[in-house]
Amino acid sequence: MTNYFKLIVLGLVTLFAMIAANYARDAAYMVHAIIIMLVAGGLFLWTLRHTDEPEPPAVLQTSYMDGVIRYGVIATALWGIVGFLVGTFIAFQLAYPALNFEWADGFANFGRLRPLHTSAVIFAFGGNALIATSFYVVQRTSAARLWGGNLAWFVFWGYQLFIVLAATGYLFGSTQSKEYAEPEWHVDLWLTVVWLAYLAVFMGTIIKRKEPHIYVANWFYLAFIITVAMLHVFNNLSIPVSVFGSKSVQVFSGVQDAMTQWWYGHNAVGFFLTAGFLGMMYYFVPKQAGRPVYSYKLSIIHFWALIFLYIWAGPHHLHYTALPDWAATLGMVFSIVLWMPSWGGMINGLMTLSGAWDKLRTDPVLRMLVLSLGFYGMSTFEGPMMSIRAVNSLSHYTDWTIGHVHSGALGWNGMITFGALYFLVPKLWNRERLYSLSLVSWHFWLATIGIVLYAASMWVTGIMEGLMWREVDANGFLVNSFADTVAAKLPMYVVRALGGVMFLSGALIMVYNLWMTVKRSPAVAATVAASHATPAE
Amino acid sequence: METYSLLRQFADSWMLLALFVFFAGVILWVFRPGAKKTYDDSADIPFRHEDKPAEDKEARK
Repeated sequence: MTNYFKLIVLGLVTLFAMIAANYARDAAYMVHAIIIMLVAGGLFLWTLRHTDEPEPPAVLQTSYMDGVIRYGVIATALWGIVGFLVGTFIAFQLAYPALNFEWADGFANFGRLRPLHTSAVIFAFGGNALIATSFYVVQRTSAARLWGGNLAWFVFWGYQLFIVLAATGYLFGSTQSKEYAEPEWHVDLWLTVVWLAYLAVFMGTIIKRKEPHIYVANWFYLAFIITVAMLHVFNNLSIPVSVFGSKSVQVFSGVQDAMTQWWYGHNAVGFFLTAGFLGMMYYFVPKQAGRPVYSYKLSIIHFWALIFLYIWAGPHHLHYTALPDWAATLGMVFSIVLWMPSWGGMINGLMTLSGAWDKLRTDPVLRMLVLSLGFYGMSTFEGPMMSIRAVNSLSHYTDWTIGHVHSGALGWNGMITFGALYFLVPKLWNRERLYSLSLVSWHFWLATIGIVLYAASMWVTGIMEGLMWREVDANGFLVNSFADTVAAKLPMYVVRALGGVMFLSGALIMVYNLWMTVKRSPAVAATVAASHATPAE
Repeated sequence: METYSLLRQFADSWMLLALFVFFAGVILWVFRPGAKKTYDDSADIPFRHEDKPAEDKEARK
């Protein structure tokens, strides 16, 4: 019966997408309409073929729902490679502008590829990692199967559709010009639907949990899901010019719009890239180290302090703008106070290894997790420092910011995700161990040296250009033209791009290693699996 | 008083106080006597149900 309802909805969506493709006012919207038409039409046929077939037996609640997590792991690795590849390419475009090919102008020039890179790494790579690991962690720590049955599959595929729509939109020039929130209104609406479904699956699982206590990792994941929903809705309040076009007009204007954007933008960092990934940290670091988190009390204080403070830090992106000084100062002060919970969390993660430090010598996966915490500590030290108004006057608009973002994104988010993937793949595919630990070490060192090259070159070039911009001669005239700074940056841009190449090759090694783990590594022996099945009470 | 001033005044007085008291309360609650045993048990959660969900009868032991 539900199938008939599904068929009606899918048919109507397909029909509307056809009409929309016909009346489309811009190329991006037409491409999106065609994609939606194909997806909805394909689903229509698929549903039709499966209508009136015998119902599959109801799923027992005695196993975890791991299929969707396996897909999530694959998607994470694939989107990661895409995002790193685009990033490396645009790094070379900055060093050698000739790579902005004339024949690809308007599609593959730096301006179009840059949001593709940021969204691919943050939302496609990071987002898939968060969805997959949160589904894994919430089941294990709640001792309950995912709530909502196939809703988890809807979340996964719906999110992939969002990524494809966002990515094609960037290439065809559909953007609302808000950093990290570039997708236009129709894509935003779709993401809202998917995200609410994600919230439902996650909350539902927590509500039906068998453990009396909600483990701290789930608190972080839940804060991430709820806050991102709120940020996304408020920052994307806009009115479309036409139902058949992607252009929309923001509801807020002027400085209010800027403030909303950076309230969103900084909390995308704070809740997407920090709270969510801290959820990962609180599960995978104890698991890989084989001992419980150092201080559970500290983890609770860490949670509430981080949640209460982060939300206020956004205005530090708007120093020396039309934003009132009190608001900028507020953002700056809260950013500096944030030091405390950030380092509290880092210390909590690192100290989990106390008594097990020797494992670092033999376990490259644990080494990766520890390094990610190191980078977390480093970038959460650097960030508050850069939010101070006087430092910001030197660092803002320079490549120092880019270096800061990447030491956080590559070092903290990247490394902890790699660690989680190395942990998950043998578990999810029922393998005894990884295919090769020495390949993990190769990945570790390539990625680490790549990040060091990246961050160091961006420090040098950022501070250099900041100093060049403000340099005045005895008569008060500016010494350097903008083009002078661009010319001076070339060597550092090349070093940065090489760092990117190293990071990308590390990730490629990881994909090969994970692939071979699934293909070649011995399966867990039946007896071992049986003994695992009894929970250690 | 217009809405902005009203909300602004509320935000930097009562709301600020409420948030601060809540946060201080969390810290005091965490360090309550006898909490260590509970939290040691909570910290152990990741090591319990690795392979399959808890059976109904063993739930909430």
